[in-house]
Amino acid sequence: MEKAESYKKRIKLHTPPSALLKDSALAFLFGGAICLIGELLATLYIYLGISEKDAYTLVSVTLIFISALMTGLGIFDNIARHAGAGTLVPVTGFANSVVSPAIDNRSEGLILGVGAKIFTVAGPVILYAVLSGTVFGIIYYITKLFI
Amino acid sequence: MQKITYLENPIYFESFSAVGGYEEGRGPLGENFDFIDEKDLFGMKTWERAEAEMSRIALNTALKKVNLSPDDLNIIVAGDLQNQCVASSGGLFTFGVPFLGLYGACSTCTEGLLVLTAMLTSSKNYTRGASVTSSHNCAAERQFRTPIEYGGQRTPSAQWTATASGAFILSKEKHEAKITAFMPGKAIDGYTKDATNMGAAMALAAFDSIASFFQENNPDEYDLIITGDLGRIGSDILRELLREKIKGFGEKLASLHRDCGLLLYDKNIQDVHSGASGCGCSASVLASHVLPRVVSGEIKRVLFLSTGALMSASSVFQGDHILGIAPAIRIEHGTS
Repeated sequence: MEKAESYKKRIKLHTPPSALLKDSALAFLFGGAICLIGELLATLYIYLGISEKDAYTLVSVTLIFISALMTGLGIFDNIARHAGAGTLVPVTGFANSVVSPAIDNRSEGLILGVGAKIFTVAGPVILYAVLSGTVFGIIYYITKLFI
Repeated sequence: MQKITYLENPIYFESFSAVGGYEEGRGPLGENFDFIDEKDLFGMKTWERAEAEMSRIALNTALKKVNLSPDDLNIIVAGDLQNQCVASSGGLFTFGVPFLGLYGACSTCTEGLLVLTAMLTSSKNYTRGASVTSSHNCAAERQFRTPIEYGGQRTPSAQWTATASGAFILSKEKHEAKITAFMPGKAIDGYTKDATNMGAAMALAAFDSIASFFQENNPDEYDLIITGDLGRIGSDILRELLREKIKGFGEKLASLHRDCGLLLYDKNIQDVHSGASGCGCSASVLASHVLPRVVSGEIKRVLFLSTGALMSASSVFQGDHILGIAPAIRIEHGTS
């Protein structure tokens, strides 16, 4: 019979790695395109007379809306399949990670389905973002006392 | 100690049917399916209910083909991938036939046929029964992986859970395809925790079962050895193991090997990575592709092993190894 170590080696040998170069290139192109759209939107909003600070907030809101809509229409995952980190890293990925479980768990009702499971994917991001934000906030506050 | 049961009185396939969804319909075997629902919902509102309805349609179709009514069945053995096997019980309870629910992960098709054969063989109370197996891509994605509309990238080793069901009616009456031997599989450590590489986790179990079976059988008398859902990576590993570890006829065994996971979809036009998986995969390929050729006599004798990856969403997160299992049945052409 096959030994554990030699079988593990066999698995490694036969499992192809992800196409890193192709995936990175696609992520760069899609991610870059999303950022370009963001910049164009910002320019448009500023041109329409909105203050720069509000314009960039509005850009996030717009991108989140488009991602949520595309998730609902079943288009987002078909793009993300190729774009990978390109759609995951910008705010688009976060929107998708909240909307997709909401759609998915609609069948179990608004409370125990959508309510309880909406953050199953985004939950860790939210938790550790808040946690690290708090920790660095405290560090920042303390160092400020002495500098 | 592994034992093979050879049947003096074989058990016959009286009828069988395959039902599938969109991807299965446009795959190379699509035309041989009895029913395809392009929307994957089978008229239901949830994916879970859709799977239950799919297995109901599969058994209903198999019954209709030979003009049988549910009352002609003594027992239904069935299983699927949903927690507590609710797709099988929920879809099949309407037939009003005694029911046994099975769980063997993706090995359920062979497990069901094996259990049913053993029941028909050992008791005169049982003369005819049905074995039904199903899996649904969306129900499985929700339960084991991520939400359906979640935009993630799959690794090259990932497999695509088939939306498919296969129903088989077995009886003691003579028909053109029969089960002449069976052998349960052992749960075997797949030496991996990677739930996106289940073919590799199951290949060792498939190897163990095939090696055990051919210790006392001659591969020259077999046309094919068919595994359930090892996919491309699992199949490569299995063939390599057969060639290296079995002296004399390992090459022959490797040349006889086919995998349902590689037959169900066309990898050139369908984005399924390492191939198909799910218990509906081997069940629907058996019903749509293998059995029709056994009935016609094109295949005289085949060893059929559905392969299962025994794990849960929690066991994987807790770092447990995935276990593989591969029960086997021998299917032959002929009425004698």
